[in-house]
Amino acid sequence: MDHGPLTTTRRTLLVRASGAAAALALGGAVASPAAATPQSLAAAIKDVVGNAPLRTGKVTLDLPPLAENGNTVPMTVTVDSPMTAADHVKAIHVFNEKNPQPHVMSAVLSPRNGRAQVAVRIKLNDSQKIIAIAETSSGDFWTASADVIVTLAACLEEPT
Amino acid sequence: MGNALINVPGTVKRGETFEIKALIAHPMETGFRPGTNGTLIPRNIIQRFTCTYNGVEVFNLALSSAIAANPFIAFFTVATDSGTLVLRWTGDGGFAAEETVPITVTT
Repeated sequence: MDHGPLTTTRRTLLVRASGAAAALALGGAVASPAAATPQSLAAAIKDVVGNAPLRTGKVTLDLPPLAENGNTVPMTVTVDSPMTAADHVKAIHVFNEKNPQPHVMSAVLSPRNGRAQVAVRIKLNDSQKIIAIAETSSGDFWTASADVIVTLAACLEEPT
Repeated sequence: MGNALINVPGTVKRGETFEIKALIAHPMETGFRPGTNGTLIPRNIIQRFTCTYNGVEVFNLALSSAIAANPFIAFFTVATDSGTLVLRWTGDGGFAAEETVPITVTT
C-alpha cells in the first residue's frame, strides 16, 4: 500500500509524457518519443546554422525508405540552385539522429561545381531520420529530412 | 592503401557539368565497435576528401564515422580547361593518398 501513491504518480507522469510526445510528433503517423530531436543533434545543427532560420525546401534528400543493410545506404543530396557566382550553394551538411555521432558529412561547394549534388554511402545504426542542410551564398539555410527504416543495423556485425 | 577507382569522362565540352565518381578502398573503422578481445577497435577513417582541378579546389568533403566502409563519393564540376584532376584524401594516423586523373576539354 505504501507504493500506491508512487505508482499513481509514475503512471500519471508516463501518461503526460506520452501525451507530450504525441503532441511533438507533429502529425506523424507514429507518435514515438524518439522522434524528438536529441540534444547532441540540436547542438550539431546549431554549430552550423547558428541563430539563422532554417527553412524547409530546395533540398532533395534521396534515401531508400527501407534499407536492408545499415552498413551501406546510398544517399544523394541535391539542392535546387543555379550555382552561379551570385547565387550558389556554399555547403551541404548532413546529420543523423541515432548514430553514435550526429554528424555524417559536410561538403564545401562553389560555383565551380555547376550542380549542387553530392552522393555518398552512409552507415545507419538504427531506423532514423536523416537531415540535410544547405547553406547558400546569400546566407540562407534550407533543409530536408528523410526517414529510413533499417533492418540490419551498422555497428553490430563482428569485425572480420 | 591508396587503392581507388576514379570514374571521370575522358573528354567533356567546355562549360559542361560532369560527374566525378570515386570509390576508395578503406575500412572506415568507426571507433565504436568492440573487437574480438572486447576492447574498442581504434577509429580509422578518412577525415577529408578534396578535389582540385588544375590547382583550384572544386570540392571539399569532411567525412565522419557515419560514412560506409569503402567510401563512394560522387560530385559535379564544370569543365573549364584540359588538365588534371587531383583527388586527395587524408585520414586518421596521418593517412594520405591521392590520385591524378587527366581531363580533356573540347570546345
